[in-house]
Amino acid sequence: MAIFKLNFNRILGKIIYIARTMILKKIKSFVFIMVFTFLTVSNLKAADECFENFSRAIFNFNMAFDDVIMEPVAKGYNKLPNPIKTGASNFTSNIATLLSIPNNLLQGNFKQLGHSTASFVVNTSVGILGIFNPAEKMGLKPHQEDVGQTLGIYGFGPGCYLVLPILGPSTARDTIGLLADTFIDPFAHVTIRENELFGASGNAIDYYSVKGTSAVNFRSDNLINLESLEKNSLDLYSSYKSIYLQDRNNKIKNSTEDQDDWGNLDN
Amino acid sequence: MRTLKIIFILLFFFNQTNLQAYSTNPKEFIFELVSDAISKLSDKSLTNEEKAKFIEKIALENVDIKALSLYTLGELRKSTEEEILLSYQTAFEKYFLKSLTSRLTDYSSSKFEVTNSDQKSANYTIIQSVVSPDSGDPEIKIDWRVYTKNPDKPLIRDLIVEGLSLARTQKEEFASILNSNNNDISILIKKLEEFLKK
Repeated sequence: MAIFKLNFNRILGKIIYIARTMILKKIKSFVFIMVFTFLTVSNLKAADECFENFSRAIFNFNMAFDDVIMEPVAKGYNKLPNPIKTGASNFTSNIATLLSIPNNLLQGNFKQLGHSTASFVVNTSVGILGIFNPAEKMGLKPHQEDVGQTLGIYGFGPGCYLVLPILGPSTARDTIGLLADTFIDPFAHVTIRENELFGASGNAIDYYSVKGTSAVNFRSDNLINLESLEKNSLDLYSSYKSIYLQDRNNKIKNSTEDQDDWGNLDN
Repeated sequence: MRTLKIIFILLFFFNQTNLQAYSTNPKEFIFELVSDAISKLSDKSLTNEEKAKFIEKIALENVDIKALSLYTLGELRKSTEEEILLSYQTAFEKYFLKSLTSRLTDYSSSKFEVTNSDQKSANYTIIQSVVSPDSGDPEIKIDWRVYTKNPDKPLIRDLIVEGLSLARTQKEEFASILNSNNNDISILIKKLEEFLKK
């Protein structure tokens, strides 16, 4: 009996060892494939498309989603009194600042780290959970930073361009960044993963409600701009792509300085 | 008496021409031009057609539409036959004016302020400005790329709205159409003409 127990433990130990090795191998392979794919695609120019036809189909779906849901909601939201809209916008921006804090740290941008942290503390306390924005009056101007931008600062290229369902334009780098955001964003830890942080807790509904409000707020701010773009574009898909890539590039550089690519066009 | 009369006539004509022309200093040029456009666009006594005609007129005089058309064509402009290039430029000018008037009438009720001027080279000056919509929406930063090769006649070549270049967006949009049609400019011209018929 004792021998059987010993053998059983040995066999169990071996099975666990093999399983562990296999899982580790799988994780290693997965990480290797991810890193390899990422590095390969990050060498592409951002203008390069990985699956243009698929992206265009998703883009059409997103535009239909916008026509049926986002635009009517944004128009309704625009009818709300200004103090409510400003309060909602301040509240979501304040929560978004939480993601900027670890990213500023990862980027080694300590000035912005100070702005983000101080802005979040001041607006959450004095600004009553971020509904008001006294930090701005104090001269605190935090930039919104995410993992995609951090990877950009580390030197990773954007990789190929793609369109995500509902979420819209992206690149290989920014899509990986988007996933990574949920791991380093303190708000995602408290809500999606339901961890308690400094006594605060929440659930996934809180997370998606804040993200949804933020998207509606953005859409309502840009009702005229997007309508004008749609009205005047020959290829709306390409216009969105160009605007997205220019905007991401500006955010990585933390500058809106125009890049002079007029070259020798001096007629 | 006759000399005095001539002086008066000359002064009259000088004032008349000055009423139409803007300053040659890039910063003042942009301020005068945009202020003029905003005041016309918000003038309730003018019809939409009159406003559109005014915008078209100042665009033709103060925007370097020819250079813009060549820029938006990218490298292809170098290898395109003169005749095709001309028909492209004609279609582009009409497209540009139509889309510009439609865009500007959307932004008529705003306050405009020039904040800074940055001379990039002898040929280019970037004028920074801020537009504050009357609706209370957030202000919009607009940079103007002004071509100053001829210092007596500055011309606008690009608008950079919140860091997004309209010329570059247009260029990339056209590049996508050209890429998916074997760089056939006639297809791009056809698309521009279809837009004008809308």
